[in-house]
Amino acid sequence: MKKSYGIEVDCANCASKMEEAAKKTAGVKDCSVNFMALKMSVEFEDGADEKAVMKEVLKNCKKVEDDCEIFL
Amino acid sequence: MTKKQKKTLIRIIVTTVMIVALAFIPEDLSVAEPEYQAVPWNELISRIVFGLYLIPYILIGHDILKKAFKGIVHGQVLDENFLMAVATIGSMILGEYREAVMVMLLYQIGELFQSVAVGKSRKNIAALMDIRPDVANLVTDENGVETITQVGPDEVEMGSVLVVSPGERIPIDGIVIEGDSTIDTSALTGESVPRTIHAGDDVISGTINMNGVIRIKTTKPFGESTVTKILELVENASSQKSRSENFITRFARVYTPVVCLCALVIAVIPPVVNVIMGNDANLRSFVYRALTFLVISCPCAMVISIPLGFFAGIGGASKAGILVKGSNYLETLSKIDTVIFDKTGTLTKGVFEVVSIHKHKMSDQQLLKYAAYAESYSTHPISRSIVNAYGLEIDKAEVRDVEEISGHGVIATVSGSRVIAGNDKLMNENGLTPPTCCDGGTIVHIAVDGEYAGHIHISDVIKDTSHEAVKSLHAMGVKKTVMLTGDAEKVAQKVADTLDISEYRAELLPQDKVSAVEKIMTGRANTKRSTAFVGDGINDAPVLTRVDVGIAMGALGSDAAIEAADVVIMDDDPIGIVKAIRIGKKCMRIAYENIYFAIGIKVIVLILSAFGLTNMWLAIFADVGVMILAVLNAIRTLRVK
Repeated sequence: MKKSYGIEVDCANCASKMEEAAKKTAGVKDCSVNFMALKMSVEFEDGADEKAVMKEVLKNCKKVEDDCEIFL
Repeated sequence: MTKKQKKTLIRIIVTTVMIVALAFIPEDLSVAEPEYQAVPWNELISRIVFGLYLIPYILIGHDILKKAFKGIVHGQVLDENFLMAVATIGSMILGEYREAVMVMLLYQIGELFQSVAVGKSRKNIAALMDIRPDVANLVTDENGVETITQVGPDEVEMGSVLVVSPGERIPIDGIVIEGDSTIDTSALTGESVPRTIHAGDDVISGTINMNGVIRIKTTKPFGESTVTKILELVENASSQKSRSENFITRFARVYTPVVCLCALVIAVIPPVVNVIMGNDANLRSFVYRALTFLVISCPCAMVISIPLGFFAGIGGASKAGILVKGSNYLETLSKIDTVIFDKTGTLTKGVFEVVSIHKHKMSDQQLLKYAAYAESYSTHPISRSIVNAYGLEIDKAEVRDVEEISGHGVIATVSGSRVIAGNDKLMNENGLTPPTCCDGGTIVHIAVDGEYAGHIHISDVIKDTSHEAVKSLHAMGVKKTVMLTGDAEKVAQKVADTLDISEYRAELLPQDKVSAVEKIMTGRANTKRSTAFVGDGINDAPVLTRVDVGIAMGALGSDAAIEAADVVIMDDDPIGIVKAIRIGKKCMRIAYENIYFAIGIKVIVLILSAFGLTNMWLAIFADVGVMILAVLNAIRTLRVK
């Protein structure tokens, strides 16, 4: 299960920090953040509740970069 | 500029004005104080000066300080904001007020520039890919009354009829049922010559109807139309990152902590050593150097320049009708030294044409007429090519007793004469011995009333640009070009010779292609060079996935090819391969330039700072200036020659 979300972030390094944070979130198998396209594509673990997982992802991303947004 | 950017700009301007005004305050304000005075003038003055500098400092830096604080709360100690906060607060404590404000100011200017430049190129690139149709004009017919309603393309059902006026984008793949026009396919293919369409022709979504009103019947839902497939592909292109992108993010992750550690070492060790040696500790000077290190340790300038270049490269390529599925493929493209071509449909047009007629007694036209009449009932591509070459209308009443012998040819009675048209075997079976023809290609022998009349030589036509493409590939450093074909040895040799292709493998069955490709690739798995396969994508999927980079050509409208290939060349032109490699090389060159440049400058400034040869101003210039130059350099990849 792979899904793509629009994101809002100001700097390239912050984008890669978001990627790291999302990768570490439970239920996320893999994640790739594209700073230029402002897109985050997330591959979920099998059976994961994507909405709940994405909420966690957003929370973790806010921790590493306060000024970011994921459009769920 | 966005609202946020405008706000930052105003802050920058106000701060600049303030700092210029504050520059008029003389450096030394101390007054000679009598020993017992009620008011401690000097202390008061220095506090006022501090307060005056604090205003612009807070104005320009409050968001960074806030973010730094939040970062600490979340355990993010080495983030950019934290580093800037520590460096500037540190220099405030050292009494370098102006320096602190300037560092914040320049940092904000850099951030603003980056945000504007990135936003702008993001917009440019998005415009290049803006092929999404907004509306469809749906024709509904109720009791003979026609109404046209505007609906979203995704609401249109398959088989609906749409009206497309001049200037509009065709929203969904379909077939023209009414009207003639020309369509502009340049947004998809980069091809600037418009295509003429008539009723019965297929049209592809994303192209622009230029001059006539046409009606189309949709053959696909919007979700499966070409335009949707392409947009999906382009939007997801970037999830596969190149090695250099991964390198720079990994590097940044190590770089910042290492430089910070160095800063700590510089702030502590030399003063301690000085004290032990009995010298003056010189703490102030070393702390200042350490703070300079913190400014240089910010990684953003390096991190931005690499992905921007690749993103622009992918955007530039798609403008030229080349879809690249990820930055990593740009990297692989740049390293290609072997290109394997499929012959039919890639180097040749995949359409048979009559190339020559070798007659015995009758005229060319006469021979061709007999052949065309005899073949007129057949749907075989070779038969079609003869009928096309004849060009005149065929009076089918003249043709009787048609007998098609699969794999051999046709026997028919044309205007009362018995015509045999087919290959050597058919001739032999009918007691005739055809001469051997020296040309490669397919030969159709013709006998009329039991007498050998001549033969027609049919061949797949080589594309006009194939030779130039192969030549350019060799010129740009591709060592080996190989052509694969299912055709006969003779045909393959002739095409390979004409095009100056270094090797060919002929008479391959479709399943042999994979093993042929694997054979070419053996022993190359670990080399730094890569192998590309170019096919028309229709039945090449296994080979396309086997090689380092699979290129599908003429893929406009073919979902299977878009799916299987790594690089898709939308039109039929083999020059696209050359362009794709050129874009890959340019991207890589710029990526390396940026990596060496950004890291190089930072390292030089680090070394200078360690010896106290720089100040914080130079440090922030090294950060912001490098970023500006790297971003400008990266944007060059947008332009594709």
